[in-house]
Amino acid sequence: MGFSRRQFLRVSTLAGGGLMLGFAFARAGAAAGDAFAPNAWIRLHPDGGVSLVCPSNEMGQDVYTSLTMLLSEELAVDPRHVRVEQAPPDPAYVNKLMGAQITGGSTSLRYAWEPLRRAGATARTMLVSAAAARWKVPAAECTAADGQVAHGSQRLSYGELAAEAARLPVPPDVKLKGAGEFSLIGKALPRLDGADKARGRTVFGIDVRQPGMLYAALATCPVLGGRVASFDAAAPKQRHNPLLGGVAPFDATAAEKRPGVRKIVNIGEGVAVIADHYWTARSALAEITINWDEGPGAALDTAAIYARLEQAKDRFGFLVKKAGDAAGALGRTRAIEARYTSQMLAHMTLEPPNCVALVSSSGVDVWASTQFPQGAQAIAAQVAGIPPERVRVHPQFIGGGFGRRLDVDFIGQAVAIAKAVPGSPVQLIWTREDDVTHDFYRPPSLHLLSASLEGARIAAFAHKMISPSITNRLFPGVVKDGNDGFMTEGLVDFTYDIPNLELRTVIQEVGLRVGYWRSVSNALNAFAIESFVDELAHAAGQDPVRFRLAMLGTQPRQRAVLERAAREAGFQAKPAPGRAFGVASMQCYDTHIALVAELSGTAKKAKLEKLTYALDCGIAVHPDQVIAQIEGGAVTGLINALRSKVTLSKGRVEQSNYDSFRIPRMPEVPPIQVALIASAATPGGIGEAGVPLVAPAIANALFSLTGKRVRSLPLEDAGVTFV
Amino acid sequence: MTRFELNGKAVEVDAAPDTPILWVLRDHLGMTGTKFGCGRTLCRACTVHLDGVATFSCLLPLSAVEARKVTTIEGVGGRVAEAVQSAWDKIQVPQCGYCQSGQVMAATALLTSNPKPSDAEIEQAMQFNLCRCGTYQRIRKAIHEAAKALEA
Repeated sequence: MGFSRRQFLRVSTLAGGGLMLGFAFARAGAAAGDAFAPNAWIRLHPDGGVSLVCPSNEMGQDVYTSLTMLLSEELAVDPRHVRVEQAPPDPAYVNKLMGAQITGGSTSLRYAWEPLRRAGATARTMLVSAAAARWKVPAAECTAADGQVAHGSQRLSYGELAAEAARLPVPPDVKLKGAGEFSLIGKALPRLDGADKARGRTVFGIDVRQPGMLYAALATCPVLGGRVASFDAAAPKQRHNPLLGGVAPFDATAAEKRPGVRKIVNIGEGVAVIADHYWTARSALAEITINWDEGPGAALDTAAIYARLEQAKDRFGFLVKKAGDAAGALGRTRAIEARYTSQMLAHMTLEPPNCVALVSSSGVDVWASTQFPQGAQAIAAQVAGIPPERVRVHPQFIGGGFGRRLDVDFIGQAVAIAKAVPGSPVQLIWTREDDVTHDFYRPPSLHLLSASLEGARIAAFAHKMISPSITNRLFPGVVKDGNDGFMTEGLVDFTYDIPNLELRTVIQEVGLRVGYWRSVSNALNAFAIESFVDELAHAAGQDPVRFRLAMLGTQPRQRAVLERAAREAGFQAKPAPGRAFGVASMQCYDTHIALVAELSGTAKKAKLEKLTYALDCGIAVHPDQVIAQIEGGAVTGLINALRSKVTLSKGRVEQSNYDSFRIPRMPEVPPIQVALIASAATPGGIGEAGVPLVAPAIANALFSLTGKRVRSLPLEDAGVTFV
Repeated sequence: MTRFELNGKAVEVDAAPDTPILWVLRDHLGMTGTKFGCGRTLCRACTVHLDGVATFSCLLPLSAVEARKVTTIEGVGGRVAEAVQSAWDKIQVPQCGYCQSGQVMAATALLTSNPKPSDAEIEQAMQFNLCRCGTYQRIRKAIHEAAKALEA
């Protein structure tokens, strides 16, 4: 979001040229030691080793391998021999599509596509020039392959050339390979991180071990936003012990007297125990009695949240897209109207929030699984009261991001706790219950839609989405004139050609802390729009696939994915009784995607038979992992569609673990088929594209199966059970 | 002091007897391949083998493994585990990878007791292991692949 394609190209050109190289030599390059660092992303070591300093964080979405493929394609090295290092916070690694060093928005590959290949080509050109100079032959007669430059029978490795190449001027322009010349891009390659992950060897944030490391457990207020009023760690907690006939000490050791406990710290938002081992910290924490100042959050409940959305329904909001005169057209005819809602969701990353922090005389070090190293640096500096330059962030492999790790709350907490034991690294680990009850939740949304038909076509279509703004909370000042670029997702790229169109967003705060959740507003808006378009198809007596195709005359790529998904799925508008298909289609993240869901069963018990996708994501850099991301996106889409939800009562989240907030298990996931359409277009994003269409496709199939239209997520709240 | 066998070697641990094996492995013994996910046996990221049987470790106290054999992802080996891990490589199962230690341990235990499981038997055995990335389809395929390799 934020950048138009034209701006993207302009910024990318800069990134591959002087500006980026300036950063590289002045800043990141300074840490490169003996290595040849022609730009911030590449290190060529004298021993011949090649490193990619990866600007994005690996959380399963395959940036390690696919970005290495981009680099290797132009640098002419074997990607399996490239060492991938995680980039520290540095201006050189700012994701120009996001405006910050952030892994999110399905932008990593879209952003890196041009500058990373250019970085590889620039370095290769300099290495070839160095070899040509040494051999005294024209550079044009030399070739580079597999980490070597060759001329006739002569060979020099990149390692042998690195020192000489580093003294050469950086070529101002290099030619990149065309789509027909790729030897790596678009080919099969095992994930570079795959073998370690199958053998338990990957070091995630939670696996970081530092010499002398202590462990911390933290209790925070059950009401979001509450603070510590007082606590007692000197006496063991009183528990109800039925064996002893009433209230009695369960374990008579007070927290502060337990062996292995180093320190008990009040950090304001909670009480932490620092101990030699994590279980000691957890056990001691359970003995502490904490009185909370619950604050204004204690009044919040689910009904109040949706009532606040309701209050904003007459506000004008931000006009995202307009054609013709929708209001006028709808006023002249009997409009079809509908309202849709989406639920709040938790992220439930399998690796719980955690962070190792070390506060010492040389500043602060943090080791963490984070999608936002720059934010980690900022919060650590703020909590420690030192300038950001004195904070070193060591990003680690992420055990599931989904947007949760764009927030850095747990990193600030770890630093606050570590301040109590200067010189000792401390690892803070949240419990799953802490995570579910102290998440930044996928925002609730209310959608008001109206439309009119003329024959078999939509004549006018209006949609207003009402939701709190995540961006206002996390990046204050970015939202201008009511335009939150993450709320307009699913609207800015609206694909249907409708003569009278009006798409709006209304920001309405509801008192809940909200966060980016994989596919953000694309999922919210796609559920409302793709369900409502289905309603209109039925109202017009049309086949839902043909009804959509008729509005995609100017969208050949979107038409192609819709036709392909329908064909692969064997879509039928009127299948045999007890069987049904539902379709949904959209453009998101520069990717065109369509999905057909197949159901069987009854209005009470529906079986998910199959999910069939077709997509055109432009050039698929690592095709097998594009498919893997869509498969995984489908399962995340099922979380949104079927039964999962967060509810609140008296300011407390009512779910606490994987039993009360369920995520799909193996038997609950139907076969997922993905058809990838070959394309020569610039790559689109794929990390989130599989998510948004699952709910509308299933809801549309459910209507076809039962005649019942469900306009609220999760679908099981309407009385159907999915098996 | 509690004594048990870990990955074929005798170990002694000085920790409170109620300490879950998960934390004994991770904090006291420095073996971080076994993962913490939920703390209530709901996700099975913490799966280890206890006397050869797949077991959660997040609620299994140290006192319960006295004199028994514990195998973790760091120590699992032999024909079945190697077939499982090769199949994981071939099918390209992992995404974020955090649950995969537990998945590999559960799949190895399944194939050890049932060398040729059906889809239904795979689902029965693997339903306890959550994968938040959604790699289930590839896990099922990789288990069939490993079974095929073991048959050969």
